[in-house]
Amino acid sequence: MVHQVLFIVFGLICVAGAINLLVQRHPISSALSLVVVMASLALIYLLLGAEFVAAIQVIVYAGAIMVLFVFVIMLLNAGAEERTRGSRMALIVGVPGVIILAGTVGWMLVSGSGRLGGVNLVGPSSFGETHAIARLLFKEFLLPFEITSVLILIAIMGAVVLGKREN
Amino acid sequence: MNPIQTVDYIRILPELVLTAFGIIIMMADPLLKPGASRKGLGLVALGGTIAAIAATFCQIAWSARDANFATPGWFGMVRVDSFAIFFHLLIPAISAVCILASLEYLDAQNIRSGEYYALILFGTVGMVLMSSAVELVLIFIALEISSISTYILAGYRRRNAGSAESAIKYFLLGSFATAFFLYGVALMFGATGSTSILKIGPALGSNPGLLAIAATALMIVGLGFKVAAAPFHIWTPDVYEGAPAPIVALMSTGPKAAAFAVLLRVLFATTSSDWLPLIWICAALSMTLGNFGALMQNNVKRMLAYSSIAHAGYLLVAFAASNEIGRSAAIFYTASYAAMNVGAFAVVSHFGAGGERYVSVDDYSGLGRRSPLLAFTFTIFMLSLIGIPATAGFLAKYYVFNAALSANAHPTALVWLTIIGLVNSAVASYYYLRLIVVMYMREPVIVEAPAPASGAMKLALVLAAIATIYLGVMPGRVLTYSDAGARDLLPTAAAAGSATPGSSTFPGPVATTPEK
Repeated sequence: MVHQVLFIVFGLICVAGAINLLVQRHPISSALSLVVVMASLALIYLLLGAEFVAAIQVIVYAGAIMVLFVFVIMLLNAGAEERTRGSRMALIVGVPGVIILAGTVGWMLVSGSGRLGGVNLVGPSSFGETHAIARLLFKEFLLPFEITSVLILIAIMGAVVLGKREN
Repeated sequence: MNPIQTVDYIRILPELVLTAFGIIIMMADPLLKPGASRKGLGLVALGGTIAAIAATFCQIAWSARDANFATPGWFGMVRVDSFAIFFHLLIPAISAVCILASLEYLDAQNIRSGEYYALILFGTVGMVLMSSAVELVLIFIALEISSISTYILAGYRRRNAGSAESAIKYFLLGSFATAFFLYGVALMFGATGSTSILKIGPALGSNPGLLAIAATALMIVGLGFKVAAAPFHIWTPDVYEGAPAPIVALMSTGPKAAAFAVLLRVLFATTSSDWLPLIWICAALSMTLGNFGALMQNNVKRMLAYSSIAHAGYLLVAFAASNEIGRSAAIFYTASYAAMNVGAFAVVSHFGAGGERYVSVDDYSGLGRRSPLLAFTFTIFMLSLIGIPATAGFLAKYYVFNAALSANAHPTALVWLTIIGLVNSAVASYYYLRLIVVMYMREPVIVEAPAPASGAMKLALVLAAIATIYLGVMPGRVLTYSDAGARDLLPTAAAAGSATPGSSTFPGPVATTPEK
């Protein structure tokens, strides 16, 4: 019960942070809203019993990546964004589209809640511990873990290639 | 005992070889003089793709000896069955031809960057892995490798603003689509408690819940974007127009073939076919929007982009048939489409000249007189894209529609889909034929003589043309392989795994691959 209440609270904070991120005009304000999103996500992970992922979420996302964001914003000296008028098409078609989509999905979930067909994911008591994650990462998921290095390599290469000055 | 055995390394041998060559190129590039041509590195990359094909033959030889080869390796991550081996041969062959076309292109556009070839090889790693991965997490990472390398390659024409637009648009929309796929994977985990394709099928049974249906729908959205199927096709014309032509040859065939392979594995993992209406709509929309969009284009690259959307639609008809003939037809179609489309874009890349100046339909006028051989090969590819008999395109379409008509489930819906497809093929012949008419029956508007094709470009065109004709005249051997691949996809065979050794081994000795 407490878990559900906390989940709803942090979920709402997360969504509010995400909306604020889009609404804010100054990049720094947007970046700080992102911290709220990341931190509330970390708390949701904690509620799910994933302590390690929650800690990593705070250290990597709320910590390292956010510092990088703020640095880049300050280096570029980005000011407040200029508002464009927005497209009328988005207003006429997009807004009703979003409402219809959200309504349909919501109705489906509420009316079909008995037919969702999920599984009960009760793992072993070690679930979410660093030790258990390490076993998964370096045993069952060894290949995806190693292949990720190729992904990171090409991402770095792409940054170098696209950032290099053309002579 | 070491849980990872030698056979596990054989299972990912093409990926290992390609990665090794990619790293060699990456390390060698700074050693060359900054302004010098990178042709040598291109040849190394070509060697890498050929070595990957050789590695696949090594896999074939191993699978003939070891009946357990097709059981999933790396703790249930990769499954090298004959389905995977088909794509392990096809995708490096596509990359090889694209590299051949790039050798001339990079010099003509004055691009001096060795990373270009390394990115093609790393992208190929992702695509090859997508076809053999049976774990959604691994598929996601492989999909990202293949996507990110193509995003970067799309932006390689640094002096052209359209290329930057192409890369940004592809990157933003592509990341959005990947998020859909990832959301689908997460919901699938919620529905079944597993992300392994081999376990999802038995866990869902024949009557999956809402969660699983939503998961499948989201994955279709994500992969539908990657294969440029309507209504997720909006990005295609702009991206293809801006990206370098040899890269368009690659990204309209390689990642597409790999994404279709994933779609085949995911959709046919369960015996249920709740996704059928979705695929039906996607197929009908792709064919119609693609072909009618192409009618209005005056830029050859944009026209071929819309044609690529339409062909994704024909391929989805084979999915909608959802029988074994359909699966086999889909596999065969990826190979045929690769042969003719890589060839068509190789011609566009050569004829475009410096800065890709000549890409409008009018620029092609009189090409039949100015360079008869180039025009002739281009005509072969166009006829194949229309689906004229004796070309790959005809047989590919024939098998697809044949599969749709012979399906037992929902025959009326599929008959209608076939009718839509046939009407569309007739519409499509207009814009392909227009290009042929312009080439042979109009006076040239360009006075400048076209540059002679380099040896590598000639080789690329000859290989693509031979593959197109070969698949159209003697499809027997490739069909045997695609049939074997389609059989391996069946959920019963997948669930049984090691219980049916032999069914998963590659049939017969292999002399040639379709595109080499």
